Amino acid sequence: MHIAEGVLSAPVLATGAALTAGATVFGLKRMDYEQLPGVAVLSAVFFVAALIHVPVGPVAAHLVLNGLCGLLLGWLAFPAILVGLTLQAILFNFGGLTTLGLNAFNMGAPAVLVGYVCSFGLNSANPAVRTVAEFSAGAGAVLLSGILVACSLVVTGESFQTAAWLVVAAHVPVMVVEGIVTVFIVEFVRRVRPEMLQGYA
Amino acid sequence: MQIEEFAPGESFIHRMDPRVKITATVVFSIVVALHSSVNGELAALALALVLVLAARIGFGSVLRRLAVVNVFTVFLWFLLPFTARGEAIGTVGPLAVYGEGVDQALQITLKSNAIVLTVIALLGTSRIFVLVHALSHMGVPDKLVHLLFFCYRYLHVIHEEYGKLVKAMKVRGFIPRTDLHTYRSYAYLVGMLLVRSFDRSKRIVAAMKCRGFKDRFYILHHYDMRRSDYVLAACSFVAAAGLLVVR
Repeated sequence: MHIAEGVLSAPVLATGAALTAGATVFGLKRMDYEQLPGVAVLSAVFFVAALIHVPVGPVAAHLVLNGLCGLLLGWLAFPAILVGLTLQAILFNFGGLTTLGLNAFNMGAPAVLVGYVCSFGLNSANPAVRTVAEFSAGAGAVLLSGILVACSLVVTGESFQTAAWLVVAAHVPVMVVEGIVTVFIVEFVRRVRPEMLQGYA
Repeated sequence: MQIEEFAPGESFIHRMDPRVKITATVVFSIVVALHSSVNGELAALALALVLVLAARIGFGSVLRRLAVVNVFTVFLWFLLPFTARGEAIGTVGPLAVYGEGVDQALQITLKSNAIVLTVIALLGTSRIFVLVHALSHMGVPDKLVHLLFFCYRYLHVIHEEYGKLVKAMKVRGFIPRTDLHTYRSYAYLVGMLLVRSFDRSKRIVAAMKCRGFKDRFYILHHYDMRRSDYVLAACSFVAAAGLLVVR
C-alpha cells in the first residue's frame, strides 16, 4: 500500500528516504552490469503484476509480490522496487515523490528480509518445507509491509491510530492470497526454469 | 495501460529543460507536503492549476487521474474527523466530529491534489526517457538510471505479453473467483511472464555483448539551458519561497 502525499511528517519521510538511499546504493554495489538487464526486466514484470487484481471475497486486491521479489533478487530487490515505484509515481500518480523513499523502504525491507530468511527452505527436498518457506515469504513480506505502513502513520500523529489499525487489518486477507500465489509461482518457476531460483542474493 | 498521455504537446512547459522540471517538482512537492496552513495549501493548489492550464493538456484525463488519487482522501474524510483527539465540534448521528480531524483531512486533500497536479503538469509532460536522461545529468547513480531505462523499455513488451496471456485465458472461459483455481491461474500467468522475461534478459545481455558493450552508456545529447529555462527556474523558486512565507 502506498502512502499518499501530504500525510506524513518530515522526520518520517526523511528517515524513509535516507534508509532507502542507503539500501539502494548497497544493492547497486552488489549488482554488476551483466545482471542489470535481468533485474530491470524482472522489475518490469513486478510492475505489470501489480496491475493484476485478484478477487478476495467481495473485493479485489492487486498483487504485491514483494516477497517473491526478495526470493528472486535478494538485496537487488531494493533497487528493483525503487525503480518500479518511481515509474508508478510518474506514470500513474500512485504514491508520490516525497513519499517515494518511505514507500520503497516499506516494500523493500520486508522483501530483502524474507528473501534471506525463506531462501533456506526454498531448495529443500521436502515439498512441505518448501511450501512453508514460499508461503511465509509471500505472506510475511506483505504483513511486514502493512506493519511498517501502520508504524509510519502512528509515528506521524496519534489521530492516525485508527487508520493504522485498518491498514494492518486490510493486509491480512491480502497476505493469505499473496502467500498462496507465491507458492504457486515459485513451484511453477522451479519446474520450468529452476536456475532462476539460484538467486542474486 | 494508458501512459505518457500528457507527453505530446506544444506548450512552453513541454519545451522546458527537463532538469528544471525535475528540480522544480521536487522542491515544490517537499514545500507543499510539509506545509501546515490551509491558506498556503490553497495557494499551492491554485499554482498547480495554473501549471496544468499552461501545459494545455486534456482536462478530462487530468480529472480521471485526480479521481484515482482522491479515493484515498475520501477514505480519510470518512475516518479522520471521527477518530482524531481533541475538542468535538458537533455530531453526525451517534459519532462526535473533531475539528482537528476535519482540519487534517482538508489539509491532506489540498496537499495531495496540489502535488499530483504539479507532477502531471511538469513531469507528465516529458517522456520518461527524457526524464531518465535528465536524471543521469543530475548525478543520479549510473546503474540506477540504467535500471530505470531498461525497466521502462521492457515494460511495454511485458505488458503486451501479459495482454496476450489474459486474452488466451478469457478465450478458454476463465472467470476470476475467490478460489484456489483462480489463484493458481494468476500465479501461472505471472510465472510465465517471469520465465519469458528471464529468457529475454539473457538475449538482451547477449545482444549487448555482441555490440561490444563495456559497462557504459554514452550520453550523446547534452542539454543547454536557454534563457527561458533560467527564467522559469527562477520563477519556480520564487513561487516555492512564496509558499513558505504564506501562513
